[in-house]
Amino acid sequence: MKIDLNVDVHHLTRVEGHGNIHVRVRAGKVEEARWDVVETPRFFEVMLKGKHYTTAGILSARICGICSIGHCLASVRATESAFGLEVPEAAKKLRLLAKHGETLQSHVLHLFFLAAPDFLGAPSVLPLVEKAPEAVKLAVRLKGAGNRLCDAVAGRTTHPVSLQVGGVAVLPPRARLLALRDELERTLPDLAAAADLIAGFDVPRFERETEFVSLRGESEYPFIGGRLVSSDGVARAEHEYREMTNEYAVASSTSKWCRLSRASFAVGPLARFNNNHRLLHAEAKKLAARLGLEPVCHNPFMANVARLVECVHVTHDAIRLLEETAAMGEVKTMADVAPRAGEGVGAVEVPRGILYHHYAYDGDGRIARANCVIPTTQNNANIHHDLPVLAERFAVDGMTDEKLELLCSMLVRSYDPCISCSVH
Amino acid sequence: MKYLGIEPKRLRFAVFEFTGCEGCELQLANKEETLLAFLGAVDVVEFREVSSARNGAYDVALVDGAISRTDEVERLREIRARAKVLVALGSCACFGGVNRMKNACDLDQANREVYGDHPKETLPTRAIHEVVPVDLKIPGCPVSKAEVERIVQHLLFEVPYQFPVYPVCLECKQHFTVCLFDKGQLCLGPITRGGCDAPCPAGGLGCWGCRGKAADANIDEFRSIARERAHGEREIAERLGFFGGFEEHS
Ligand code: SF4
Ligand code: SF4
Ligand code: SF4
Repeated sequence: MKIDLNVDVHHLTRVEGHGNIHVRVRAGKVEEARWDVVETPRFFEVMLKGKHYTTAGILSARICGICSIGHCLASVRATESAFGLEVPEAAKKLRLLAKHGETLQSHVLHLFFLAAPDFLGAPSVLPLVEKAPEAVKLAVRLKGAGNRLCDAVAGRTTHPVSLQVGGVAVLPPRARLLALRDELERTLPDLAAAADLIAGFDVPRFERETEFVSLRGESEYPFIGGRLVSSDGVARAEHEYREMTNEYAVASSTSKWCRLSRASFAVGPLARFNNNHRLLHAEAKKLAARLGLEPVCHNPFMANVARLVECVHVTHDAIRLLEETAAMGEVKTMADVAPRAGEGVGAVEVPRGILYHHYAYDGDGRIARANCVIPTTQNNANIHHDLPVLAERFAVDGMTDEKLELLCSMLVRSYDPCISCSVH
Repeated sequence: MKYLGIEPKRLRFAVFEFTGCEGCELQLANKEETLLAFLGAVDVVEFREVSSARNGAYDVALVDGAISRTDEVERLREIRARAKVLVALGSCACFGGVNRMKNACDLDQANREVYGDHPKETLPTRAIHEVVPVDLKIPGCPVSKAEVERIVQHLLFEVPYQFPVYPVCLECKQHFTVCLFDKGQLCLGPITRGGCDAPCPAGGLGCWGCRGKAADANIDEFRSIARERAHGEREIAERLGFFGGFEEHS
């Protein structure tokens, strides 16, 4: 059966930012399949130049409304590394708590508000408020728990205020930490219910072998800083991130592209899982096994399962950290900061994958040069190269333009692209 | 959403985004304690970031982001033509926001630095009221969801909303936050419009003025106090210019 198909999506919905999908199949052969980012550029790297170190984290947070905590953490880490600064242990724990809060709220937002409508046959979450009220309520509870964690530790969920160069400005009161622990314990049944729901999703059967890049955990599932690794065997130190990303500008897109051992690579929950699954919390491992997620998984649609697995991991880990921080007493959470000339890189695993900020400082604590490499920038080429393979695989009897459009849209959404962030 | 048994009006809302981080849109899905009530009170007919439904018929357009490319100018004009009420959502939409800082650079050179041989189209950043008439401006980076809820209630019950005229300091004092300006940090609380509930000083960061100038704020007086407290000209100027809310155009 020689089939003709056309997909032309202008400004894909239920993703952050603006991107287009074009697919043309003639007589069963894919003639064109592309992913173009058309978001307006904001020139953050240029705006960061000349900024004082006390401003860099505040400005960088504005790169992204969804993972502002991750940007702020990558930024302060780059600055601290340039200044040769070690932050207090207590601050490290608090930062990881804020990070976990962000991972939870972002993954739940994606799973229930952006992805679930595709699997439940709705245009958005809004009709689900009536059709599947229990699912929406549990999503709201889980997202709320993540956001309250961010609020307590970072001072705010979007554009954090307490995460500063040197550590964390305010230690939340013990009672608030313990109340959050109790709240997270109460959300564990919600996570189990979410797993039951997602177990029922019909995940498209599709694979394309690719390379996965992430932080490499030593003793813990990695989120903030450390060594870099790829599933093709490339290993680098944090400051060698350029050898991992090889960013380049393309004519057709306002976001750059990246490559490593192949034409494209992927970052994100699936990459973290594939490279670090052995370090997940036991409950998260159990869930992965139950939902059929096994390393090395090359089905991009399984990223949704990896997201839920990470939600379970961060919730358990946050409960542990809340107990530890509540038991700390009045400890120091800020180191003294002495600016000096030099360069530093901060790598952080944000919900959509590994993020790098790199700054060079002059002697007055001001940025001379800045570079930010965003997860979606690293995923763009991988999305682009997935599309023709997906179209080829599904250009079979019974396929229609509408069905293929849905599949292509779901594929792009499975990367949870953060497009304005990728353009910055 | 009823008050004393009276049904409010139903209004159709649409949400659009331009140059920005989309953090203001995200706030619409935050504040989970009241999210379901909020969604139940408004008819959201178009919101690309969360819905595939598209519908050109709406009463209120919430617009987040600034304007920095020709296609955005055209898209914004179309939205203006369709909307009965156009609301600027957040500091990017109200003032240009942090994006405005690029206007101080040579844009060709900025393009070369970031994109090398593949320069992209870009215009100097403008607030949306510099392109089309705006009916209501809700400042904040990001907007406060609590304030957005209050404003939506006023729209539904057809009662004009009064923005606070007092500065951030007042809300900061209500929380008994230890004053950071007194402790040596620069803080724009005394001259910034309140309504955010002063989250920044509570979290250990001086106010950056994201909501713009408070009514009757005496900027010159503030500058001289800040100078007396050993804050340099450059620090003060950078802080005032950060979100664009203290400039002529705001
Ligand atoms: S005002 Fe702030 S939060 Fe809102 S879109 Fe602009 S940068 Fe993002
Ligand atoms: S910290 Fe800032 S906002 Fe709070 S009282 Fe002091 S000057 Fe005012
Ligand atoms: S305290 Fe200042 S910077 Fe913070 S939200 Fe309020 S107005 Fe904006």
